[in-house]
Amino acid sequence: MNLYVKYNFETICRMLLREQLDKLGLDYTITGMGKVNLKRTIPMEKYQKLTATLNTYGIEVIDNQKAIMAQRIKEAIICMLHKDSAAPLVKVSAYLSDKLGESYRTLSQVFSEVCHISIESFIIIHKIEIVKQLLLTENISLTEIAYRLHYSSVAHLSNQFKKITGLTPTTFQKIALHRRSFVNN
Amino acid sequence: MYQDKLKIFLAEDDVDDRSFFKDAFEEVKVKHTLEIFEDGMSLMDYLNKQESVLPDIIFMDINMPGLSGMECLREIRSSQNLSEIVVAIYSTSASPANIEEAFIEGANVYITKPDEFSALKKIITEITNISWQYVTDGLNRQNFMLSY
Repeated sequence: MNLYVKYNFETICRMLLREQLDKLGLDYTITGMGKVNLKRTIPMEKYQKLTATLNTYGIEVIDNQKAIMAQRIKEAIICMLHKDSAAPLVKVSAYLSDKLGESYRTLSQVFSEVCHISIESFIIIHKIEIVKQLLLTENISLTEIAYRLHYSSVAHLSNQFKKITGLTPTTFQKIALHRRSFVNN
Repeated sequence: MYQDKLKIFLAEDDVDDRSFFKDAFEEVKVKHTLEIFEDGMSLMDYLNKQESVLPDIIFMDINMPGLSGMECLREIRSSQNLSEIVVAIYSTSASPANIEEAFIEGANVYITKPDEFSALKKIITEITNISWQYVTDGLNRQNFMLSY
């Protein structure tokens, strides 16, 4: 025997949305087709849970909250590297979760999802950028740079540099100086 | 300001290599578009057209008939319009002299073509991820050098 059913997608989606929003205890109104107004901003963890559950029903949250969060993380890191470098003893994870008011686990998840690299890699890339800058603009030794950027040793700095750029700091410096004069000509 | 896709160009005269690269890019998670040129001439013709949409990054073979990768690189670096584009050049040669020359001429990435396809995929993914950082965070591209 065949049973023929006819469904109303709008009703199904609304009911599903209500069910999931209620489950998370959110204060909301569904203001129209595909738009939910939340009375308060929700913590990232809940937001992630909501987007994940809705995703299993084929409902995608179109929103850039994660992108905004990733941007804030980047800003905090850059600020840390450039301004607060005097306080290297604070662990990055503690620094970021304190600054952004979310657990480090949540932060690193969101970050990797949006930026396609980990927070750790992002920090390393930016530190190496600072090293490059120092190598080219200031007449200071690699030892001095390692000390300034809180590397445990020159070898550690050199290894990291080589790992990120494929070049040793010395080769980089040599090439960059030639390259610069090339561009200026 | 907010860009959601990385625009990638590839210039490669060899049919097989073209398909290797194409397959490698298919696994890249960064959202991107890939446009393929069959030689240096057609790449430069496109780039020099006024109305062209320029890429964020160009991957090219150092050895191409007609206009080689190095010749394209020099042309790109001497053009005001194109100077911001990240250039990744690849070759079978791993000689330090060739690598240095490519960087001095303004390449951002030098790839010694690996024998394994899996290694190529890994390299392509890493380069795309790092280039994405340069595009989204406005890092100094003059200092961008990466050698594989």
